[in-house]
Amino acid sequence: MSMIHVNTKVNGDEAEFLCDPRETLLDVLRDQLNLTGSKEGCGTGDCGACSVTLDGRLVCSCLVLAVEAEGHEIGTVEGIAEGETLHPLQQKFIEYAALQCGICTPGILVAAKSLLEKNPDPTESEVRYWLAGNLCRCTGYDKIIRAVMDTAKDMREAS
Amino acid sequence: MRYHTPDNFDEASALAAQASGTTRFLAGGTDVLVQLRSDIVTPDDLIDIKHIPGVREITNEDHGGWRIGVAVSGAEMTEHPRLELDWPGVVEAMDLIGSTQVQGRATLVGNLCNGSPAADAVPALAAAGAHVTVVGPNGSREIAVEDVPTGPGKTCLEKGEVISALHLPRRGHAAGDAYLRFIPRTEMDIAVVGAAINLRLDGDTITEARVALGAVAPTVRLVPKAGAALIGSTLDEAALDKLARAARAACNPIDDRRGTIKFRTKVAGVLAQRAAKIAYARAKGDRK
Repeated sequence: MSMIHVNTKVNGDEAEFLCDPRETLLDVLRDQLNLTGSKEGCGTGDCGACSVTLDGRLVCSCLVLAVEAEGHEIGTVEGIAEGETLHPLQQKFIEYAALQCGICTPGILVAAKSLLEKNPDPTESEVRYWLAGNLCRCTGYDKIIRAVMDTAKDMREAS
Repeated sequence: MRYHTPDNFDEASALAAQASGTTRFLAGGTDVLVQLRSDIVTPDDLIDIKHIPGVREITNEDHGGWRIGVAVSGAEMTEHPRLELDWPGVVEAMDLIGSTQVQGRATLVGNLCNGSPAADAVPALAAAGAHVTVVGPNGSREIAVEDVPTGPGKTCLEKGEVISALHLPRRGHAAGDAYLRFIPRTEMDIAVVGAAINLRLDGDTITEARVALGAVAPTVRLVPKAGAALIGSTLDEAALDKLARAARAACNPIDDRRGTIKFRTKVAGVLAQRAAKIAYARAKGDRK
């Protein structure tokens, strides 16, 4: 099996890797680039634990082949904080205890950040629909939704 | 698995025509990669058509219709400033598919080529009178959307043929379309029944009508008799009654845990009536 050389950008930094064409972007992020924030839940695009952005668009990295990343820009949960300073969403998730086991959390943070960039003032229904592709089996969603709504409010007031 | 990135559709078609094993074209990958990951279909040749110029574009054509590139995602259709003004039914049908993440990648033509009887976008496209351009070893041809699926998971495309674009006709005046589906929850599910209606009016009278149903037969089905039931009417009770009867008569669904034959058949009539009311209101200028 011939390996394919891929040049891409991850969280603003140039990255390159060799991969089998069957490998997913999620496989390469975790196993080669050591970015283990993105999780594999279902592996078939249902649970959202592997959510990343591809050229700014929210996608499941388990449903993107690593070779498709050639020439594109990937954003993962590792790129959300600025150095030691947590993103307001991350801070608010801690305050609200909007997580328990934490497997879904990176995907939800990436998805929620993508929502707030597109719509800084979402209704609760809009947040729930936007995050419908991110499954959480612990929290019952309420704390997650409240954390996102409260972050949106803070960010609007700060801007 | 060999991964190919052709620069044009002739090359994509030639790759598929020459391939000896299982071949798949890759656009959004929301079906192809699920099948790959679940070990249902592992292609020997995977042909990524996203490197072909124009596949990510939505273009207003000279005659007033729309050309939608084969790699345009659902999210890009929803965000387009003008497409939804012409074809709200097509856009709302595509928007019903999957999560935000799936919307970031899934495509109209992928939904068509997956060949699911329950595809949400396909009834809306068939009702709209959309067609696709197909490039193959013997040149190109145009096929009406309703003629593409031939059975569950099957299409009329021959070996080496690839869809290069989807075309929606010119919208014109006093016209509207709508799509509704029934699912047992509020989002992220497969249609138990889907109904699409596309109408044109002269004053209050319907002059053109196309009706298509999903998930009630082995393929998405255009139902000419249901369309004919509306023409010449003002969508009065008698016409709605005829519409529902024609829609139910076209049903040949499966019985499964998500819906019985009896249920799907009944709901097909109800949804066709509701979608007709929405399409009628849109044709009258209601933008909701």
